[in-house]
Amino acid sequence: MTQTMQRTLSKTTLSHLDWLEAEAIHIMREVAGQCANPALLFSGGKDSICMLRVAEKAFRPGKFPFPLLHVDTGHNYPEVIAFRDKRAAELGERLIVRSVEDSMKRGTVVLKHPGESRNKHQSVTLLEAIEEFGFDCCIGGARRDEEKARAKERIMSFRDEFGQWDPKNQRPELWNLYNARAHKGENIRAFPISNWTEMDVWQYIEREQLELPSIYFAHTRPVVIRQGAIVPVNVPLVGGELTNLPKAGEEIVDLQVRFRTVGDISCTAPVESDADTVAKIVVETATTTITERGATRLDDQTSEASMEQRKKEGYF
Amino acid sequence: MSAMEKLPVEKTPIDNGLLRFLTCGSVDDGKSTLIGRLLFDTKTILADTLTAIERTSQKRGMEAVDLSLLTDGLQAEREQGITIDVAYRYFTTGTRKYIIADAPGHEQYTRNMVTAASTANLAIILIDARKGVLTQTRRHSYLAHLVNIPHLIVAVNKMDLVDYDQAVFEKIRADYLEFAAKLGITDIRFIPMSALNGDMVVDRGERLGWYQGPTLLDVLETVPAAHTEKTEKFRFPVQYVCRPQDSANPELHDYRGFMGRVESGEIAVGDEVTVLPSGLTTRVKAIELYGRQLTHAVSEQSVTILLADEIDISRGDMIVKTSEALEPKKQIEAMVCWLSEQPMDRARKYLIRHTTRDSKAMVAGIEYRVDINSMEWAPAEKLAMNDIAKVAFKLAQPIFCDPYAENRGTGAFIVIDESTNNTVGAGMIV
Repeated sequence: MTQTMQRTLSKTTLSHLDWLEAEAIHIMREVAGQCANPALLFSGGKDSICMLRVAEKAFRPGKFPFPLLHVDTGHNYPEVIAFRDKRAAELGERLIVRSVEDSMKRGTVVLKHPGESRNKHQSVTLLEAIEEFGFDCCIGGARRDEEKARAKERIMSFRDEFGQWDPKNQRPELWNLYNARAHKGENIRAFPISNWTEMDVWQYIEREQLELPSIYFAHTRPVVIRQGAIVPVNVPLVGGELTNLPKAGEEIVDLQVRFRTVGDISCTAPVESDADTVAKIVVETATTTITERGATRLDDQTSEASMEQRKKEGYF
Repeated sequence: MSAMEKLPVEKTPIDNGLLRFLTCGSVDDGKSTLIGRLLFDTKTILADTLTAIERTSQKRGMEAVDLSLLTDGLQAEREQGITIDVAYRYFTTGTRKYIIADAPGHEQYTRNMVTAASTANLAIILIDARKGVLTQTRRHSYLAHLVNIPHLIVAVNKMDLVDYDQAVFEKIRADYLEFAAKLGITDIRFIPMSALNGDMVVDRGERLGWYQGPTLLDVLETVPAAHTEKTEKFRFPVQYVCRPQDSANPELHDYRGFMGRVESGEIAVGDEVTVLPSGLTTRVKAIELYGRQLTHAVSEQSVTILLADEIDISRGDMIVKTSEALEPKKQIEAMVCWLSEQPMDRARKYLIRHTTRDSKAMVAGIEYRVDINSMEWAPAEKLAMNDIAKVAFKLAQPIFCDPYAENRGTGAFIVIDESTNNTVGAGMIV
């Protein structure tokens, strides 16, 4: 019976998720085939969780031909950090963590003020990790639907010796012939899920029944409303210390929220939601009226071109 | 209708696959407006994006929301007021997912259009109804044909500016068909539309009653998503070899999985296969995907193939069906689009990347260069950026290729300059 079922699966009916997955597997295998010392950026976020499943499909029963690398701002949700460690252990793959706080101790990252978001400073720590381990390629979970500066991103994106992305100096990318060649010191960023949208990610999570950190699901937490955005307050760090303290005069309310994207606590805002299962999130994603970054990334709104600017400075 | 109103949520899974298409034209033809219209009418644009472009439209002193702002590019481009690269956009209708490759239309951006076309299975060629078939139209059509895009839609846009006159549309269709016949383009559909007002893009509108054909979206929804409907030969370039060597698991001691994506055709367990370049023959023992045993694999699937006999295979080798074997080639002729600002230097050696295989190559000769405006051939000594020419290469290592017209996956290659590692050319084997 399986025989006939397989026969009727003509190429025209490869479902969109199967197609996207097959493309992502192909890209990861190209990285493995072309690069001597790659790493996969794993944050514990939903996009990189999808990438880990793609990596399993690309390389099992073998080990991954790369370690996992997380650049920790030190301001991550403890649930996400715990999930990160658990997932890496389950997979039996090596996890390397490098932290922005170590860069601060070294003096390579200097905050303008103690409360400044560390999100953009991840670039420095990432470049330091690339140099320390001699990585020639970092596989990232960026998607082209996220932001204007991503819409023109290559699948294999070239960065110079300073980690800089020059939009005018990117290699043409034709067919599925990827060019990940780089001289010593230069670096490639590979984006296997470039062609996925937020909806594709959630549908894939649903189909593959992938586990996620709890903060992606509806939960009650203290927040304040700051300039129209929901800002979580009194968030405990991994060490227990509270961060994101409310400003004087702000009223703290308990709201039912979930995160559409997780990142540095200081710049990721949740949305109001009662979606407590992946299926409900898929429905909510189909009906939302706000883009993922518009709803949740406080840092991208500062200037129309802020992602473009950060990428030029070495951001992934 | 506002972008705030979303389609009613039905839990119909997308089951009609994924279609990649490209739009050819310039801002003047209303290309950005057309893409904006598609995104807007399929409810892809969300409220915050709409608010942002409303704000920009007002800032620029426009009365209505300018949908073309949706495809506005990077700061670097905005400063120069041009589009310099291919941008990718996404939308879904609930039954099919779409990837739009948005390429700028000017002559100097031939390389961008070739890049965008290389992954597309459908091209929309925009014509301004007031201007008719222009040199630019011919250039776009030639390139779409060169890159072998199987489906072409000629969108006769701005019908609102010619009073929705059927005679204008018919004249353009006749003009287009006349030159398309010379190129050998066969599968063409013509649609009159006004992207500005939304007629015949997603909705039919009320002003083109004389047109009985499908809307643009109707065509996109029903056209075959795959590159070809024909039966293709099985081609499986090996990307990576999996040898787990897990001492804890004796079952994996002898595991040798050949990992890759099926470029074309299909394969079943038990099929007799030949491995190139060794020429050794064996049978397919298993086809796997993440522990799942498949009986078959089809075009575009990424799988792992296990063979009945132990054969030494590495990245760059190709597995084919024994009945569809290929000869190694060390001399190839190809239509080449030059992509680099540095002209092709005939004295230099380049690297050619074909499937998962690299070979050093030298230029044996340039047969002719194509004037993409007149489509005439002329002799040429060198190739500059955006040139298209028929070039002969001599290769250091053999490749296993099919003519591009028969097989996109094994007929295409890129040219790499080893000194900069840049991708400097795109080739289609004849």
